[in-house]
Order: sequence, then structure tokens, then C-alpha cells
Amino acid sequence: MMMDVGSLTAMGVVLGGVLGAAAHFLKVEENPIEAEIKEMLPGSQCGQCGFVGCAQAAAALAKGEAPVTLCPPGGRAVAEALAKKLGVTADLSAVEDPRDEYAEIAESACIGCTKCLQACSVDAIVGAAKQMHGVIPELCHGCRKCIETCPTNAIHMVEVEPTIATWHWPKPDGEAGAADSTHTHH
Amino acid sequence: MKLFPIPGGIHPEYRKTLASEVAISTLPLPERLHVPLQQHIGAAADPLVGVGERVRKGQLIARGRGVVSASQHAPTSGIVVEIGELTAPHPSGLAQPTIVIEADGQDEWAELPPPIEDPFAASPRAIQERVDASGIVGMGGAAFPSAVKLELGNRHALDILLINGAECEPYLTCDDRVMREHATEVIDGARIMAHALRAERVIVAIEDNKPQALAAMQAVAAKVVGDGPSVEVIGVPVQYPMGSERHLVLAVTGRETPAKKLTADVGVVVHNVGTARAVHHAVRFGRPLIARVVTVSGAAIRQPKNVEVPIGTPVSALLDFCSGFASEPASLVLGGPMMGQPLLSLDVPLVKGSSGVLALTREEVNEQPASTCIRCGSCVEVCPCGLVPLEMAAYIRKDKLKEVAALGVTDCMSCGSCSWVCPSHIPLVHYFNYAKGALAAEAREQRKSELVRVRSEAHQARLEKIAAERAAKRGGAGGNAA
Ligand code: SF4
Ligand code: SF4
Repeated sequence: MMMDVGSLTAMGVVLGGVLGAAAHFLKVEENPIEAEIKEMLPGSQCGQCGFVGCAQAAAALAKGEAPVTLCPPGGRAVAEALAKKLGVTADLSAVEDPRDEYAEIAESACIGCTKCLQACSVDAIVGAAKQMHGVIPELCHGCRKCIETCPTNAIHMVEVEPTIATWHWPKPDGEAGAADSTHTHH
Repeated sequence: MKLFPIPGGIHPEYRKTLASEVAISTLPLPERLHVPLQQHIGAAADPLVGVGERVRKGQLIARGRGVVSASQHAPTSGIVVEIGELTAPHPSGLAQPTIVIEADGQDEWAELPPPIEDPFAASPRAIQERVDASGIVGMGGAAFPSAVKLELGNRHALDILLINGAECEPYLTCDDRVMREHATEVIDGARIMAHALRAERVIVAIEDNKPQALAAMQAVAAKVVGDGPSVEVIGVPVQYPMGSERHLVLAVTGRETPAKKLTADVGVVVHNVGTARAVHHAVRFGRPLIARVVTVSGAAIRQPKNVEVPIGTPVSALLDFCSGFASEPASLVLGGPMMGQPLLSLDVPLVKGSSGVLALTREEVNEQPASTCIRCGSCVEVCPCGLVPLEMAAYIRKDKLKEVAALGVTDCMSCGSCSWVCPSHIPLVHYFNYAKGALAAEAREQRKSELVRVRSEAHQARLEKIAAERAAKRGGAGGNAA
């Protein structure tokens, strides 16, 4: 009996090795469509799609195991591009463009546990153990990963407000709309 | 002097006589001045004063930050009563950081830097530094920091400084009056700038509808003697938008500035007449830019005027000085009627780039509902940038920003000629303003996603490295494989 168990264990180790090698081999020989799809995804590894990162999401998409509408930060543009690439028709009406947000940490509630710091996929959070943490808004891509990790609910999202530098004119209404009011005519 | 034709353009009704014969008057000192930290293209200035502090006229109150920026100075003496977010003179109606000074009525000068005795013997560097320290920006409207433009001579071989006295926008007469009343100062400032640029010639170009300004400037130019650059003053045809830098350079020199290049690449730098006068004040007297001439006009203004106002004056104080509105204005504009911006509030301050305040009646605005394009091609004919407005607008309606970028929408100078000429009253230039803004926002997003991608990869690589190190340690320590 002991012998059998031993051989099974040994077999497990060997098989594991083979599978590992196969996975490695497969990774190198990545399905070309999968590589292309990976390029189309944001690459921010935010995990909002439910997969660990963009590569895993791309693999699932390539196999037709995930909907083209899976990527929240990609918004309508990415969903459209994915549908075109995969040659599928999808109902995109529910796909919303991502809101421009960044995370903010409430000073009073932060206990300096470093959990959010480790969760942030772009290293946008600065701080050290037992010290108040802060988010660099310019780097934050609004994935909300940190919110889930915070044991004291100290993190919330803030909408990025337009500034004079980023504001621009809205699109004019169609031709039934108003004419250009700042221009004089004869 | 031989002139060259420029493409496109229009001949709007100019209505300059509403204000052109009114000599420049000086606004009585307003009670409060709102000095925004950013009145120019580039980075906002850093405030150097605190609330409660007394400042004197001409004192540096905010220092320009970085390469493209401009400093701000106190327009009069008084107390800093607030540094906060106040509504900006901007079509967004958004607020911006602003220093509020309560005037003490003494108008007491701070100690100023000494005059540069012989500017033509001084180094170009010294002139550039003085212009930079004086907070001077382009006063024709774009408000680009002038010192940065004066440094173009360090890297480009320039032969001409072109002084823009075209003032091609309808209604505006502030440059006209400055040239008539302060020709000596303008020409002296222009020659000093040419010296800083290492350009041998100054050419002043004035549209032919300003004969008195032409005569006044020519009379002063004829008397220029001694060292330093020569000055020619010439008339150019009345054709909107003659005052566009690249078009004026083309008209005067025949040199075409390629898209995405500067006029300096064809050997010419352009500065406005008001800017030249400000340089004269800065170099000869050490005085920073703290006031400018503004045209107040339009049929809804009771007394149209050209007024020298301290920077930071609320629009309402200026309108009061012109006896207010004669009738309810249909449109309020900051700048000229073609390229100016809607004025959303009378509380906003006049800044270094404010050339005019217009209150227009319904007849002057002549707003009409837009109808569909009849493909008449008029917009194509008048576009001075060689663009095809009707086609660009069609793509923008369908949100095809990539296609409209390929058609060159970012080369559109927003002159408004196409909107002006369109028989269907299509707000063409609004489409292009929107598209240019949306493309810029897209480019910003692109840069951000690129940054996110790079940083995520770095983060991922670091985690993998840490995991591998841990695994190696564990493997070396115990051997838990079997
Ligand atoms: S001017 Fe107006 S109607 Fe004529 S082609 Fe251009 S957009 Fe169409
Ligand atoms: S606003 Fe733009 S497209 Fe229209 S005429 Fe002027 S440069 Fe051409």
C-alpha cells in the first residue's frame, strides 16, 4: 500500500511537471487571436471582469467563453472593437463608458494597514505601514480594487471634475439647433 | 513693398467707427482687482503673497512656473484680501485660482528694476529676462508668454520681426488707438524685441482701414536713427483674418509656414503692437505688465470707448465707466466678434489677453436657426487654412473623430469665416472647436492608458519576481517537493 501511494505521488509530481511544461509551451505559442485581443484590452490588470488580469480575459474571449462586453474600463469602444474582431454581434446598448474617477482615502479612517497599497495594480497609492496612505490622482485609473481591500471602508471614489485646462466645447445640437451666437452677420 | 495674396477670408462689416475716434481714457481705480494666476498659455504662476499682506503697485505677487508661464504683478497698491477660486473669464464658466487685492487708493509703486540704459548694447538674454520678469504675454488675444517667443532667436535664424497691427476683427480699435497715440513707444519696443531676436528688420503691418495709425507709425519710423534694427511700416489689404500670424507672414513676405511649424521656421517672429508697447515700458522703465487698453463697443453700449484698465478690473466696472447698456444686449463677448468668447458673467476680470468687451444687439448678432447643408461650397472657398468645413462637420455629426483628424481639423484656426459665410447658418466653427477639444481629450486619455499599462506591467513583474524569490528560498530551505 505504502508503495502504491508513493508511486502515485511520484506520478503526480511528474505529471505536474509535464503539465507545467505544456502550459509554458502553450504560453509561448499563445493563440495569435488571443495575443491580438490582449493588445486591445487596457492592460491595467484591474480584474473588474472577474478574471485575474487582461491576459486571462483575452484567453477566455478567444475561446468564446466570455462576452465582449466584459471590460468595464474599456467601455463601448473596446466592446465594439472586440465584437468586430471576434465576428460576433452583441447588444452594446447597456455598455456604458467608464466614468472618470479616482480613489481618495479618508485620512481619519486610514489605519495604515498597507492592504490597498498592495492591491493597486499601478502603484498609485503611497504610504508605509501604520502611516496614513494617499492616492496619486494622476496615476489612479479608477479600478476600485483598493476599495474592496480596505478593512475600515476608508476609500471612496471621486469624480474627476473638468478644469479650465481640460474643459472643451460640447458638440453642437443638430442643424435644427441654435446658430452660432458669437458671430455677427450683415 | 510687394505683397502676396492670402487664401480665403471674408469681408465682414467692420463697425470700427463706433469706437475708433474715441481717444484712450484711463479707468478710475476699481475698488477690487481680481488677478488670476493663469492669464496665459502655459502653467499657472505660484502665488508669493498671503491674505492680509499689503502689496504695492508693480510688485511681483505670483511667479511664473516652468518654461512656459508668466508672472503676475500687483496692478495697484492695497491689501490682499483673498486667494481663492473665482470665476474665470473663460467660456466654461469654471473657477480658477485668483488673488484679490483691495485697492488702498494710493496707487503707490513698489521698487522697480532699473531701466536698461542702452537696450541695443545689452545682450539679447538681458532683454528676454526683463520681458520674462515683467509678466508680458501676447496682447493680441492668444496670451502666449512673450519671453518664450523672444527666445526663438536663440535657435532659429530670424531676419524679420513682424509687428501685427492688422487688428482684423470687427469692432476692435484698441491697437489702432495705441498706434495713433503711442507710436513712439510701440516702435521703440518693437526695435528692442528685434534686437533680442537678433532680427535686423522690423516690419509693422497695418490694415489699410487704419490710415491715421499708418501715418502716425510711419512718421515715427522715418525718424529712427542710430544703432539697432530698421523699421518699415506698411499697409496690408483689409481681409479677415489678415491678423492671423501665418497669414500675415505670408502676405508680407510670401513665405508659407508649413502645418505644425512655427513662423520662426521661415525666419519670422510675430508680436502684437500692445506687446511691443509693454516691452518698451518694461525695458525703459522697469514697469511690469499691469494694465492694457480694452475696446468697449457694440450697439448695446451707451458710450463705446477705448479704455486703459488695470489688469484684474471686473468687467462690470469697465461697463459702468462706459455708462452701461443702451439696450438689453443679445450677446456679450470677450474679445472680437469672430474669435472672441461668450462672456458669461460681468464679475469676471479683464486679463492680459482681453482686447475687447462687446455688447451686441439682436440686429448685430443676427442669430438664425440652422438648416441643412446645401453643399454650396462657400465655406471651402473662404477657409484661409485650405480645409473643407462641410465635410469635416459631416464627420463630426457622426462622431467620426479619426476621419475628421485626417482631414486636418487641428489645423483649423477657429477664425469663424466658414460659419459667417454659411447660408444655412450651420455653426461650423463650433463643430471644429468641439472636435479639437474632443481629440485633445482623447490624446490625454491615450497617454493615461499608456501610463497605466506600463505601470501595471512593472507592478506585475515585481510581484512575479518577489514570488519567484520566495519560492526559491522555500525550495532551498526545506525541499517540500516530495
Ligand atoms: S457654406 Fe454651409 S451650406 Fe454651403 S457647403 Fe458649407 S456648410 Fe454647406
Ligand atoms: S473656422 Fe476653421 S474651418 Fe472654418 S474657415 Fe476658419 S480655419 Fe477654416
